[in-house]
Amino acid sequence: MLSAECLTHAFGSVRALDGISFRLEPGRTLAVFGPNGAGKTTLLKVLAGLIRPQAGHAHVDGGRRAIGWIGHQSHLYANLTVRENLLFWASLYGVPAADRGPRADELLRRLGIGDRAAQPVAALSRGLLQRAAIARALVHEPAVLLLDEPFTGLDLAAAGEFRRLLAELARGGRAVVIATHNVEEGVELATEIAFQHRGRFVALAARGARGPAEIAEAYRRAVADG
Amino acid sequence: MSLVQRGRWVTLVGLALLAGVYVRALVFTPVELHQGPAQKIFYVHVPAAWSAMLAMGLVGVASILYLLVKDARYDRFAAASAEVGTAFSLVMLTTGPIWAKPIWGTWWTWDARLTLTLFLFFLFLGYLLLRGAVTDVGLRARYSAVLGICGLVLLPFIHLSVYLFRTLHPMPIVLKPSAPSLPGVMLATLLFSVGVFTLLYVGFVMQRYGIGDRGEGGGTHA
Amino acid sequence: MADLFRHAWAIARKDLVLEFRTRTAIMSAAVFTALVLVVFNFGRDPTAIPTLTIAPSILWVTFSFAGMLALNRAFQLELENSALDGLLLAPISRFSLYLGKLAANLVFVATVETIGLLLFALFFDVPLQRIVGPLVGVIALATVGFIAVGTLFSAMVIRTRFAELMLPVLLLPFLIPPLVWAVQATGQLFAARPLSEVAGALKLLAAYDIVFVTLATLLFPATVDQ
Repeated sequence: MLSAECLTHAFGSVRALDGISFRLEPGRTLAVFGPNGAGKTTLLKVLAGLIRPQAGHAHVDGGRRAIGWIGHQSHLYANLTVRENLLFWASLYGVPAADRGPRADELLRRLGIGDRAAQPVAALSRGLLQRAAIARALVHEPAVLLLDEPFTGLDLAAAGEFRRLLAELARGGRAVVIATHNVEEGVELATEIAFQHRGRFVALAARGARGPAEIAEAYRRAVADG
Repeated sequence: MSLVQRGRWVTLVGLALLAGVYVRALVFTPVELHQGPAQKIFYVHVPAAWSAMLAMGLVGVASILYLLVKDARYDRFAAASAEVGTAFSLVMLTTGPIWAKPIWGTWWTWDARLTLTLFLFFLFLGYLLLRGAVTDVGLRARYSAVLGICGLVLLPFIHLSVYLFRTLHPMPIVLKPSAPSLPGVMLATLLFSVGVFTLLYVGFVMQRYGIGDRGEGGGTHA
Repeated sequence: MADLFRHAWAIARKDLVLEFRTRTAIMSAAVFTALVLVVFNFGRDPTAIPTLTIAPSILWVTFSFAGMLALNRAFQLELENSALDGLLLAPISRFSLYLGKLAANLVFVATVETIGLLLFALFFDVPLQRIVGPLVGVIALATVGFIAVGTLFSAMVIRTRFAELMLPVLLLPFLIPPLVWAVQATGQLFAARPLSEVAGALKLLAAYDIVFVTLATLLFPATVDQ
């Protein structure tokens, strides 16, 4: 379970978060849409405990150990192999030493890069790198996934494949938050939808039966009004 | 009356009293027996060193307070104090050699205390350069607070080095465990001058802090 | 507490594996050390100045330059691999991160110093066998002090302009006390003075180490937390 209560944070005179509150149960996926500078990344960083909000309170069951983060940076070391990277991060997340190897191998197989385990990360293509980054974020079996513009830099095919993977992960009982400026990219996965504008949630609702076009239209109006 | 204006008045009073220091030091204080008139510079050099040390110390204290309560005013005070301290340490560094030339026969020696005062100056320079190199306001405040605290802790180590090494520099004569070994008249002049330099420090910092306040408020360099 | 050091060790080991795998930094630091020693050798007139008079200064100029090279790369490595945020997201103490970086830096610098010391003994014909124990003690104590401060500062300068220039400027005043004590103690050792004469400098070095390792560890979170 994931909750935010009246989160408020400003950088200088710029309000990145202005009283944001929500709750997210396991198995649900919240898509936060907003233009650049709306404060989406700040929201995720506050949820992840990277930024202490100036007011309000964020809570994730299990704390930082329960969070998996996928952003546009891979957090992988180019000169370590894919497997070495996973083992390193697993050790930081407190995965028991005996479990690290089997879990890394299993994950890499499931993500279709089992044959790349012994290659240095520097040798991976952008698409494969993204999969390795997903494996990294999942190596400690997080109950909560935070995704910050996860589609940046992926071509259409890779983005489609990535979306399928995310859908699978979300079905596994995780609570997922996706922040993106692109409504088309995140809308399929979402069970709840929020529009963030100038640090506020100008709309927050279950997706219901609304189609992508309808949501995109609502987003345009919300951001224009805000 | 704004802080800047009040600071200006304090500075004016300080400058008037500084003229008094000169008159007292040159006319009413006896010439030192061994060093001759060159010793007079002592009444500027030592108080400048005092103000520079005071400035660094207060930068450190403000830095600690900033990290504890994250109030931007402490950061602004530390910045003002560092700039003023840089000026005083420059006075200290220029008056030192002017005195050293007739007395030691050389402008500069790599004597421990001289060298370490040079490094106090470098500490200020580094602090100001760091502030200039970080654009994000919050980041700049945290980084400079970290450096300020380290600088404060470094001061006693600088002082310790003085005692450990053979040095040409006059050993501390005022703040030493036994009674001050300075004749009363000279000591009075010195203490008067220290007071005036402290007042000047306060006046300068008030003005600098006030200017920073205005700049932040107008959002010109946020 | 056990976690603190286990995580620190994981980070240090990862840094060292990366370092010794690419070997660019360690090689350039070693070559640089050799060059400095060679330049000193040509820059002095052995008939006019006995080696032992300037040997301590030569040794410590070499070591402090080598230390600067090591410090610049510690956090640069995290930035290049865009892994710093990953480390901050992980459920590890900020103190672990600092201590891990410090340990990796110390191993790196110790390696370069060992090479430097051997070359120094070779080039300058300084008999080291007799004083090697106390000399290593002086080198270790002085190195810990300035690398502790340097590791803290290097975490800051990577996010500033002119990072490579900024670090030496910030570090110089902090380098001086340990350097002055170390040069003095080294000189006394070379001159075959009794060990009791070196004790004062060793105590000061140790005090500096304790104060600044503690202070830097405590201050480090302020350089990375937002």
